[in-house]
Amino acid sequence: MTETTQATDTRTQGRSADRRMGRFWSKLKRNKAAMLGGLLLLLYIVTALLAPVLYPGNPSAPNLMKSLEPPSLKEPLGTDELGRSILGRIIYGSRVSLLIALGAVSVGLLLGVPLGLVSGYYGGKSDFMIQRVTDTMLAFPGFLLALALVAVLGVGLKNAMISVGIGMIPLYIRLVRGCVLSVREEVYVEAAKAVGTRDRVILFRHILPNVMVPITVQTSLMMGMAILFAAGLGFLGIGVQPPTPEWGTMLGSGRAYIFNAPHVATFPGIAIFLAVLSFNLLGDGLRDALDPRFKL
Amino acid sequence: MTDMALLEVRDLKKHFPVKKGILSRTVGHVRAVDGVSFSLRQGETFGLVGESGCGKTTVGRSILRLIEPTAGQVVFNGQDLLALDVEELRQVRGSLQIIFQDPFSSLNPRMNVGKIIAEPVRNHLKEAKGQIRDRVAHLMESVGLHPDQMSRYPHEFSGGQRQRIGIARALALNPMAIVCDEPVSALDVSIQAQVINLLVELQEKMNLSYIFIAHDLSVVEHISDRVAVMYLGRIVEMATDKELYQNPQHPYTQALLSAVPIPDPEVGRQRILLEGDVPGPLKWPSGCTFHTRCPKRVEECSQKEPIFRDGGNDHWIACHLI
Repeated sequence: MTETTQATDTRTQGRSADRRMGRFWSKLKRNKAAMLGGLLLLLYIVTALLAPVLYPGNPSAPNLMKSLEPPSLKEPLGTDELGRSILGRIIYGSRVSLLIALGAVSVGLLLGVPLGLVSGYYGGKSDFMIQRVTDTMLAFPGFLLALALVAVLGVGLKNAMISVGIGMIPLYIRLVRGCVLSVREEVYVEAAKAVGTRDRVILFRHILPNVMVPITVQTSLMMGMAILFAAGLGFLGIGVQPPTPEWGTMLGSGRAYIFNAPHVATFPGIAIFLAVLSFNLLGDGLRDALDPRFKL
Repeated sequence: MTDMALLEVRDLKKHFPVKKGILSRTVGHVRAVDGVSFSLRQGETFGLVGESGCGKTTVGRSILRLIEPTAGQVVFNGQDLLALDVEELRQVRGSLQIIFQDPFSSLNPRMNVGKIIAEPVRNHLKEAKGQIRDRVAHLMESVGLHPDQMSRYPHEFSGGQRQRIGIARALALNPMAIVCDEPVSALDVSIQAQVINLLVELQEKMNLSYIFIAHDLSVVEHISDRVAVMYLGRIVEMATDKELYQNPQHPYTQALLSAVPIPDPEVGRQRILLEGDVPGPLKWPSGCTFHTRCPKRVEECSQKEPIFRDGGNDHWIACHLI
């Protein structure tokens, strides 16, 4: 036993996790696009959290005297047809969008990941059933599915969340199932079986941690998609209902004034664009930094 | 070493169906293991050798039911493992363990060493955290690892150290027998010896029985009490270590042994070169499976399957010529 096992001192223990995080960070930091995405996202979250501080007034209270004012020093982004500050509504709208994104992705994660795990790990009949349902759901274009679900569930914040979230379930199932299929064949899973670990435990102790990377990346990308879908529903007038400030709804109502007051539709559009962009850039950066070969 | 069989494998078979087309029709079977029988005595090391693809790993995994065998019996400690249900099998797992070939893929990269070694303990015994920790520390020491490294992750260790972690995991529940599936073939030669010596040392200390699967004949010679040679899913020859190496009877064993390098340039000897390749998995030879390549074949070989029988002196062989 002359390997250097004995020689290492005790100070190094516990550092390995830090070191791996460190490598992940340095890789992410070098990715300029991802950092831009992260920065935008941070700005977005801070805006949502500090909305009442950033805009002390009521963003939903109409003031018809100031209807459709162009951007000025007093109203940096102008006012809409009811004379409400567009800046204020965008600030408050970030809360709604973030809430919908979180809610929808939670629905997708909470239902999609377990179903994908079961489908991939156990295989057989349960896999067949889950996959046929998934196929059926994937046959609908994502937005159409959300639209159809809203038609069934009705309009409103909660229903928009659920509708968009349900559309994400099959995407999560497919992703997780695929990853599980490859991890399931790993020797360490066989080793866990050989030492008498129960299937259920293997699933959560060995398989889930090893499919977390793709799930994390997917989640970031899905957040962007959820915001876009929610805005789409709002634009069609079947998402979050006025007077609640929501970017898609603002865009939809601004459409009527696109020629004489373009700012009404433009600024919410930019907000949507940047929010979705931030999630997508961050997601791409995470994927590169968390490359599975890199084994975080 | 007593003569009592701790583990008895009887007529073990594993056939993998070959499926084709949209309807997944079974068009044939790959006979990975086709009627393997042997026994492992308490405290002995049973070597299983053969070239890649001969089914030796499948035998090892089938014994533990990591692969479900198609037919046969595996009697361990008086129990037929193949007849047990999931929970009963789980209980036996502690006494029958396996060490894997590749120390890089057999450890979960996201678990630290302490957790990896503690897993079997957590599965079978209800112990407090501190107790488990002590046990893991003790196990690590017994395989030559420093207990301080408990919180480290597998990628921070060398191949030899990782294999030690795998061994510690296998020892966690005081097993009676361990299937060693090419435990050193993925390691550097210098580390191979260390790991083998560790295995021998542990065997003496804990009265372990090993099924030692390998393709390296010199390694097997060093460690085994009895050796079986496999070819195309069957055992063709089985004898005590000395007997097999000094008096190989089967033409395949003879060819195999002639390929072992002798570290002495002065020693001249004849190499038996086998013609052709191992037949493809779906082209199963009739009669003796080795007849397509056998330098000594006679007509009978392609027609009749030889019987695996004791040629005296506990030297078993499946060949028409002997």
